Amino acid sequence: MITAQSANLSFSHGGADHPVLREISFQIEAESSCAIIGPSGCGKTSLLFLLAGLLQPDSGTITIAGQPRSGTILQNFGLFPWKTVYQNIGLGLVLKGVEKKRIQQKVEQLLIEMGLTGFGAHYPGQLSGGMQQRVAIARALAVEPQILFMDEPLSSLDALTRERLQNLIQEIRLKKNITMVLVTHAIEEAVFLGRRIIVLSGRPGRVLRIVDNPQAGSADYRQSDIFFHRCVELREILKGEDYGQET
Amino acid sequence: MGRKRDILLAALILLGIWEVSALLLNSMALPEPWMVLLDSAGKIANGSLLDDLAISCLRALLGIALALITAVPLGLMIGAEEGLRRRLSPFIYLLYPVPHVVLLPLIIILFGIGNFSKIFLIALIVFFQILVTTRDAAKNIHRNYFLAMQTLGASRLQIYRHVILPATLPKILTAMRISIGTAVAILFFVESFATTKGLGYIIMDSWGRADYVALYTGISCMAALGFGLYLLLDRVERKVCAWTQSD
Ligand SMILES: Nc1ncnc2c1ncn2[C@@H]1O[C@H](COP(=O)(O)OP(=O)(O)OP(=O)(O)O)[C@@H](O)[C@H]1O
Ligand SMILES: [Mg+2]
Repeated sequence: MITAQSANLSFSHGGADHPVLREISFQIEAESSCAIIGPSGCGKTSLLFLLAGLLQPDSGTITIAGQPRSGTILQNFGLFPWKTVYQNIGLGLVLKGVEKKRIQQKVEQLLIEMGLTGFGAHYPGQLSGGMQQRVAIARALAVEPQILFMDEPLSSLDALTRERLQNLIQEIRLKKNITMVLVTHAIEEAVFLGRRIIVLSGRPGRVLRIVDNPQAGSADYRQSDIFFHRCVELREILKGEDYGQET
Repeated sequence: MGRKRDILLAALILLGIWEVSALLLNSMALPEPWMVLLDSAGKIANGSLLDDLAISCLRALLGIALALITAVPLGLMIGAEEGLRRRLSPFIYLLYPVPHVVLLPLIIILFGIGNFSKIFLIALIVFFQILVTTRDAAKNIHRNYFLAMQTLGASRLQIYRHVILPATLPKILTAMRISIGTAVAILFFVESFATTKGLGYIIMDSWGRADYVALYTGISCMAALGFGLYLLLDRVERKVCAWTQSD
């Protein structure tokens, strides 16, 4: 279980404090999934960093019960161009000092799962955007995380590839009982993947609404009326937040 | 390979220009290339040139190596550790523009006129070139790579090994490319006095004796030495920076 309690965050530049997140509170149950959505620049990445422990709140608390292993996919994947696909995926295990043999098994299994067989010796620069995103997902999964933090892992993909990868993420999440926190600015993605959807306001980000979405991830959800109505509902909430009029 | 053929062709054209100039000039001061080639081959075959070639090669290599093993770690640390950078950068700022060649008398007073002084001066000059490039490269590594390492739970040492060093390596090799030219130039300078061994000595000695063929043999060997180092570096680069030539 992940709990945020009136967390605040600001960045200071030019001597002044610029608030980025204000009084953020919510809960995410273990083995559930949560989507964070909001207009561009509202502080989604910052919020994910708080949850993943890459940043500390100025006030308020972020707690994760039971210190689970976590994996994180950064907004632009954070792959290392000087490492091959194989080395990128195995890096988390290498850093933990896992023995070579086991790393090899794990990486090869992930290459198959992610449809990357035959690309282990390629460098990220030689892959398409979609393949790079799958490498980033594989790298995060390699350490067998119990929580997966993802920052717009599917942005800049065409609609069909995007849906295919959404399905893949959903499949993996169910198979491995992973708690998932997904940042996105795409409404359909939030509705398909997030059992709970946290809607942030424009900058500084406040929680505008928390929408429950129990049908998330079910087969054919995208074609259902509930899906359609929930997307409309989110669009209504987000309307007027788009360009972050609040400063 | 096309590149190899092009280089060979360029070499032949340069030799042709030399030959034509020698014929036109018809002067002792510019012997024809085949005479120089014959002289070099003869001296290498009877072993009289090998010593000089070997010692010059060794001086240049050791100088570069000494610079490399000191400048790279230091440059990486100054670039990557902010505190260190703040404290040490003013010193580099003051010391870098000094023409280090003028320290020769001091070096000879300190270390005598033996090989070490020669190697030390080459190392000193190359040191600053590599130091400054390495520092700047390490300073400009994108923040994302550090975040990605943080999400994988890397230690500081692991960050050096997996991010800071590989990210700066292409720049370091470029700096070395420039350093080779400098190193050979300084080699000539330090071999032009107080020694009876080395290609620099051969050049100065045959010049003094007005033995122009021997003079050009020395010059050609010096050029070949620089070219050889260049080729070596090419090979190293293809091995350790495979990712930069992957497109
Ligand atoms: N390290 C930092 N220093 C100063 N300001 C920052 C820093 N990181 C983010 N900000 C500011 O905080 C605000 C929120 O940034 P953040 O990246 O969290 O937004 P986001 O919702 O993820 O945006 P996007 O949709 O573009 O990914 C932005 O206005 C940004 O300029
Ligand atoms: Mg973001």
